[in-house]
Amino acid sequence: MKKVLLLTIAVIAIATMAACGNRDQVTLRVFNWGEYNHPDIPRLFEEETGIAVFLDTFVTNQAMYSRIVDQGAEFDVLFPSDYMIERLILEGRLAPLNFDNIPNARYLHHYFFDLPYDPEGRYSMPYMWGMFGILYNTTMVQEPVYSWEILWNEQYARQIYMYAAARDTLGVALKLLGYSHNTRDITQLHAARDLLIAQRPLVRAYQGDLIRDSMIANGAALAPIFSGCAWYTMGENEDLNFVVPIEGTQFFVDAMVIPVTSRRQAEAEQFINFMMRPDIALMNAEWIGYSTTNTAALEMLPDDWRESQIYWPTDEILARGEMFRDLGDFRQEFYDAWMMVLVGAGG
Amino acid sequence: MKRLFAYPYILWMGIFIVVPLLLVVYYSVTATGPDGNTVFTFDHFRRFFAPITPGMDQPLRERIFVSVALRSIRLALQSTGICLLLGYPVAYIMTRKEYSEKSVLLFMLLVPMWMNFLLRTYAWLTILERNGLVNQLLTRLGLPMIDILYTDAAVLLGMVYNFLPFMILPIYTSLKKMDPRLIEAAQDLGAGGVSVFMRVVFPLSLPGVISGITMVFMPGAATFIISNLLGGQQYFLLGNLVEMQFLNVGDWHFGSAIAVIMMLLMVASMVILSLFDKGENQGRSTII
Repeated sequence: MKKVLLLTIAVIAIATMAACGNRDQVTLRVFNWGEYNHPDIPRLFEEETGIAVFLDTFVTNQAMYSRIVDQGAEFDVLFPSDYMIERLILEGRLAPLNFDNIPNARYLHHYFFDLPYDPEGRYSMPYMWGMFGILYNTTMVQEPVYSWEILWNEQYARQIYMYAAARDTLGVALKLLGYSHNTRDITQLHAARDLLIAQRPLVRAYQGDLIRDSMIANGAALAPIFSGCAWYTMGENEDLNFVVPIEGTQFFVDAMVIPVTSRRQAEAEQFINFMMRPDIALMNAEWIGYSTTNTAALEMLPDDWRESQIYWPTDEILARGEMFRDLGDFRQEFYDAWMMVLVGAGG
Repeated sequence: MKRLFAYPYILWMGIFIVVPLLLVVYYSVTATGPDGNTVFTFDHFRRFFAPITPGMDQPLRERIFVSVALRSIRLALQSTGICLLLGYPVAYIMTRKEYSEKSVLLFMLLVPMWMNFLLRTYAWLTILERNGLVNQLLTRLGLPMIDILYTDAAVLLGMVYNFLPFMILPIYTSLKKMDPRLIEAAQDLGAGGVSVFMRVVFPLSLPGVISGITMVFMPGAATFIISNLLGGQQYFLLGNLVEMQFLNVGDWHFGSAIAVIMMLLMVASMVILSLFDKGENQGRSTII
């Protein structure tokens, strides 16, 4: 009996090893946001370089972090946002980039040279950027929209979506209260939390990407959303408009980084260089709708994109932006506050 | 030789059920101490049952996690009840001899299950949306629109929709196994339609009813996808709480403690149901 068992195990083991054959093929493991690159990218990169791309996607920065740190998933290129990059750098999880392998870095727009999360730009190559603001349906909201306060207006009860992410949504309440969204003051944070708990009866749902499709289908009147996402929805439904509130908001950058655990750093840099090539950057920018960081791609974009204050904000609007910073140990307070908002007094 | 065939399953169970279960229990009773080493603690369980002040304006201290648990149990019980009320007649009709299309009914019941559960739940979003199919139909008919998406009614609807087959199938199986001569015997002895059903058919189908209840109540109490999609995270359930600890907060210890509490809840409900089942077995022997 034991012999049969051993034989079975041996057969399975050999079959498994044979399946992993084809070893000359190099595969690059890329971890990006969902729908955040042109779908042809893996194919085009493989055709040019012979390097296959395995693409996996995440929904939030926290989910990405959890996947690579807590669950130990191995990736070669990640696309986190600014404050998450800062945290990854502080924790020593990112490899410095070798810019000799990324000549297309010269196309990077000057906005992204000295950013607080990676002051010397050694670890990250900015990919897309934007601002957080209010997307609203002009047929349902007649009054002028300029302040976060409208999200607390009872006239729009059950017509307001809120974004289901701790920092972004607590950030809205903090900005409305006149604080920084990088605060480490527990009283300020709790005031923001209480503001959001008070808002609960007016909120239609706390959602992520589903907000986009629902707003296109006239599903609600108001929703805080990222500018790139707003730009896409406005192309689909002309009743929608987008505003960056006067109290201020987040100015964000999503960038490409290489984790220290990657064993294919040169290939990963080759991929980053490919993504920064003007034609590829243009392809991605046009397909996603987020603002590009690539000067050459920007010049090739249609005029109505470049002249739009939503796609490419004016300096005045840009000045309303503040970048998220890593909060260190205070992070936990944000999660606890956010959990209280969701568990909430109501329901 | 017979035992040999059980080995693959025992191996499978050991690696994918017992070990993870032990890990969850381990995480639920440990924490990282101040000097970085692991310490044994019941703090996560205490935290679950402790009262918390939800907001500064509300001096009332509420047992928030307990109320989430109660909400989960309430919704699971409601969906189980509705599934039983809807499912029993369907199962009963399917076993009637004169109902020649019973295979069609069974087929219609099974076809939606060939499609992924997540996709079917997404489909409800489109149906219930403010400008979705239901409301378009209502507007055409000149009726007022309804807006139930992102309410607990929508969550309940999603649960009933997804779990109904799990109620119907076990009841159908137990009714089908029943000897029709028992009914004839009861009728011969002068029992009317109602008392045949109440004193013969229903008691004999109880094992099916009980496994149906188990199969609907448990996933109902543990769901997080349905409440996420159709409740818009407005109706936070135990499953959502666990998901949040693992995927967003990264507090595996507290998440595991909640999971252990959920499992104990399930075990408790199974024990209660098995008491019913035993009582029924004795009852059946007296009937036959």
